[in-house]
Amino acid sequence: MSCVLRIKDLTLGFRKGRQTAQVLHGVSLHVAAGEKVALVGESGSGKSVTAQLALGRLQQERGTLTTGAIEVVGHDLIARPEAMAPERGHRMTMIFQDPTSALNPVFRIGEIFAEVLRSGGRRVSEAAARERALKALAEVHIPDPARALDSYPFQLSGGMNQRVMIAMALVNEPELLLADEPGTALDVTVQAQTLRLMDDLVTQKGTAVLFISHNLSVVREFADRVYVIYRGRIVEHGRTAQLFADPRHPYTQALLSAAPKLIGGGLPDLPEHSDAFREPLVVHEGCGEPGEVPA
Amino acid sequence: MSGKSSSVAWTEFRSNPISILGLVLVVFCIALALFADVITPYPAHVGPIGDFTAINQAPSAAHWFGTDTIGRDLLTRIVYGFRLSLLMAVLVLSISMPVGVILGLFAGYLGGWVEFVLMRLTDIFLAIPPLVLAMAIMGFLPATLTNAMLAVTVMWWPWYTRLVYNVVRAEAREGYVLAAEVIGASPLHLMFREILPNCAPAVLTKLTLDIGFVVLMVSSLSFLGLGVQPPTPDLGSMVADGAKYMPDAWWLSIFPALAIMILVLGFNLLGDGLREAFDAEV
Repeated sequence: MSCVLRIKDLTLGFRKGRQTAQVLHGVSLHVAAGEKVALVGESGSGKSVTAQLALGRLQQERGTLTTGAIEVVGHDLIARPEAMAPERGHRMTMIFQDPTSALNPVFRIGEIFAEVLRSGGRRVSEAAARERALKALAEVHIPDPARALDSYPFQLSGGMNQRVMIAMALVNEPELLLADEPGTALDVTVQAQTLRLMDDLVTQKGTAVLFISHNLSVVREFADRVYVIYRGRIVEHGRTAQLFADPRHPYTQALLSAAPKLIGGGLPDLPEHSDAFREPLVVHEGCGEPGEVPA
Repeated sequence: MSGKSSSVAWTEFRSNPISILGLVLVVFCIALALFADVITPYPAHVGPIGDFTAINQAPSAAHWFGTDTIGRDLLTRIVYGFRLSLLMAVLVLSISMPVGVILGLFAGYLGGWVEFVLMRLTDIFLAIPPLVLAMAIMGFLPATLTNAMLAVTVMWWPWYTRLVYNVVRAEAREGYVLAAEVIGASPLHLMFREILPNCAPAVLTKLTLDIGFVVLMVSSLSFLGLGVQPPTPDLGSMVADGAKYMPDAWWLSIFPALAIMILVLGFNLLGDGLREAFDAEV
């Protein structure tokens, strides 16, 4: 099985003075080519730092301690995180939480698009860049692509900006797309529409996705497999259907019942101090990490 | 910023009568400065020689603002004073602004010891009252026009460093910086091409306000005898010279002082208007 992203026994600590805050305690996950995988957890569970490590950014900061292995499109990002730099924007791209802030307000969409196409020092002529951008915008159902290219980000709606971001993330045909809570800043209907659009496009192009979210119901629509992360550990891993039909770890069960309801309920108390919460990783049938004996 | 994006700011700016007043005053002063040779009635009175038959005359039809102690037409000298003040402000700011902006950009983006060194240096400069600092610098330099400008330039850049530093710190957290970084943009590209353009509104507003303040500062130095030397017409030294003859020859101080006020007021109102207009756009 070929993996575009493979993380094994990854630990991460932040050192400040003599103290070290341990953030990840041995995370293992993988994304095979063309597969859609979700990483779900609450704020502070370590899901975003995992994405930052997969980008090769965080481990280059001072005071971060990493052990284990991260392999992205064939590069070892623990040994040589800088090797990822020329691949970003091409073999691996990213979509962010707030599409409007992710587009620089002083440039037109067309100019930002040209920059994306030229990332990593690739030469693309003005005319070719515009043509590819027009095509990419048409794919994400932007009504008048030529007009959108001449607009500034704040002249487009949040939903349109999100679709522009999706078009930019996919225009270089990456092998892996990191989506860090995409569209959380948008309203729910627009978010659902753009996610469906993203789903269609990545399926059609065969792009692998690591989808990072705190929202299980969004993940249910989108992902093939789900990892649940809690306090820097993967606590449950399974195919989406398995996990939703039969959540086994108490945290996953709590997360599922925490979905907002219109009447009553509210957030359930997490039985954090019960012994069940310290249970080791629950792996559903047929979902072992590559190289391991299937559970 | 062009096209539609600036039209929001322009609409906001236009709807504010105070901003328009500022713009009119500024255009008026700049026009006077540019066409001083043509509009002044006695261009020869710029130098040391006046009309000795008309000494210390009160305002009249021939001399609207009166004449000074050696018979030079005050209106002429005030208009030339505008030219000098504006020229000095432009020169001072065209050096101190880019220096301050670039240092602020580096301090805000790079952080670490670069930030520490630059911002503490800035703090030291900002802790000393500007006029006192300029006077201290002038204390060991000969009192000439060039040195006065040098002194003001040296004390002016930290304001831009502080301003841009804060803007950069806020902008660096915006998603577009991360988005550009993620597609492999270099730190220099991020600083100068992604972040710097977003500092433009703040810098432009401060620049406009500062023209007034630099004029005031240079005039203050001249008033104290540390700046422009006679016979060069300068508003600050005119006020100082005239003060000796108050209240009898009141026009000698009052008109140059009013001229400074109009110039500074114009740029302040324009600067405030710009700030509100840019805020409205965001």
